[in-house]
Amino acid sequence: MTEAALPAPVAAPSVDRERLAAIGFVLPSFVIIAGVFALPLVLLLGVSIVDANGLTFANYKRLLGTPYYLGVVWNSLRLGLLTTLIAFLISYPAAFALARARGALRSVLLATLFLPLAASVIVKAFAWTILLRSDGIVNETLMALGIIEDPIRMIFTETALIVGAANIFLPFMILPIYAIVAQLDRRYAEAAATLGASPIVAFFRVILPLTLPGIIAGVALVFSLSVSAYVVPTLLIGEKYPTLATAIAKAYLLAREPGFGAAAGVVLLAIAIAVVALSARLSREPK
Amino acid sequence: MARAAIIVCWVMAIGLALFLIAPLLVIAAASFSPTPVFDLPLTGASTRWYGRIGRLDGFWPSLLLSLQIALLSTAISLVSGTLAAIAIARGKLPGANIFATALVSPLMMPGLVLGIALLQGFRAVGFTAPWATLLVAHLVITLPYVARTMIAGLARFDFTLIEAARTLGCTYPGSVLRVMVPALAPSFLIAGIFSFLASFDNYPVSIFLADVRTKTLPIRMLQYIEEAPDPTLAALSTLILSGTVILLFVSDRVVGLHRMAGTSD
Repeated sequence: MTEAALPAPVAAPSVDRERLAAIGFVLPSFVIIAGVFALPLVLLLGVSIVDANGLTFANYKRLLGTPYYLGVVWNSLRLGLLTTLIAFLISYPAAFALARARGALRSVLLATLFLPLAASVIVKAFAWTILLRSDGIVNETLMALGIIEDPIRMIFTETALIVGAANIFLPFMILPIYAIVAQLDRRYAEAAATLGASPIVAFFRVILPLTLPGIIAGVALVFSLSVSAYVVPTLLIGEKYPTLATAIAKAYLLAREPGFGAAAGVVLLAIAIAVVALSARLSREPK
Repeated sequence: MARAAIIVCWVMAIGLALFLIAPLLVIAAASFSPTPVFDLPLTGASTRWYGRIGRLDGFWPSLLLSLQIALLSTAISLVSGTLAAIAIARGKLPGANIFATALVSPLMMPGLVLGIALLQGFRAVGFTAPWATLLVAHLVITLPYVARTMIAGLARFDFTLIEAARTLGCTYPGSVLRVMVPALAPSFLIAGIFSFLASFDNYPVSIFLADVRTKTLPIRMLQYIEEAPDPTLAALSTLILSGTVILLFVSDRVVGLHRMAGTSD
């Protein structure tokens, strides 16, 4: 009697139908990732080891066997390492201050992190070429302060490159660290102090391990972005600091050597995958 | 000791804020330069560079192209990425975790490598029309942003709400539209903004697919900077930046920047 008044119960779809629907839902994304991402990368690997005469490792021999190109690989790694180091040294302490900030101050600080993300890399690199010119603001300020007497050459130096790269990739370091630090319970440090740990011991045995996931995420992100940066070295240092990224662009856009460019791409890809794999492993490891 | 550490933290935070904001202020200031060189600090102000943006060689076609590619690729990614995220969140998909990782993995790949891989791949199948290749390529650029945000958003969504709505007499499409879509609106907005910006700003992938007549705005801008940088470029950069700031400000009013910090790690 009462049952008739209720709407008919929703028939539970069978497990097979649900699974089929799920597969249908992921199909478009699967096609994109498989067809426009995975397959082309496999093809790239093929292009780097196959030429008109069949299988060849000449491209890799040239890349990893000649001093000039070893220097190019090292330039990329050096750019990645220095940028990551500087970004970390600034971001880590700053994240703690940011986590303590409240109200308007926090909004202002957060805005300074997000605003640069809204500006394209090209715009920011362009700004640094203006800032670092010999008659630019940085030189004029240093001269006005009496730190230097004559303008120093900054643009097209490694210093310019690293300062610009650190500036552009910094938000990717501080955001993951801040996300962890903001959730950190301050009582951990207090508990360590109560149990007799000095602030230094408390930092290295309690705070640092707890914030490690944020550090790993930030380091992996900034390193993989800066090691493969193209616009930043092109505008801030140019020809005299060739990197894997600029070598790839040159091989494809100017020299028409797709095999060699593909090999350089595979090496850059291998570096990126190694960083991702290493960071995934590190953040899974039990403390 | 602890006090010294706190002071160091604050000095770093304020230094960092100034360091990050400096290039943006410089671009904005340079756009009002009264002379064709970047004389800073300014000795006067002029808005004439803004009037010259439209006369930059090839500016309008490039702007139109970048907008088309960014809007279309974002729209397609929002649909396919959300569907995939639903399937992953419902837990009925075999190998859901692996697929979720695969969906966001293009984010960690060097853009330039993706660019040459796509160039080779498209050439291999004879797909060479620049406009279409750019659109297809930008799907891989935008999809990871949508997938990441929607997977995180749906993880917090309670699917029994849909069943509840249906029990109360709603049709299935009706309950999705009236329960699920409003609950996920903030995630859609964040996903849409990030994926639009990722496409609109992309240089390393587009450069390998563009040709002389089909150049996206970032390609044009780098070309202007390398050929003849003048304050017109600073004016254009300032306009793009202002547009983005307005977009972010509006979305902050709607969903909160703080929430964006949590989902963009």
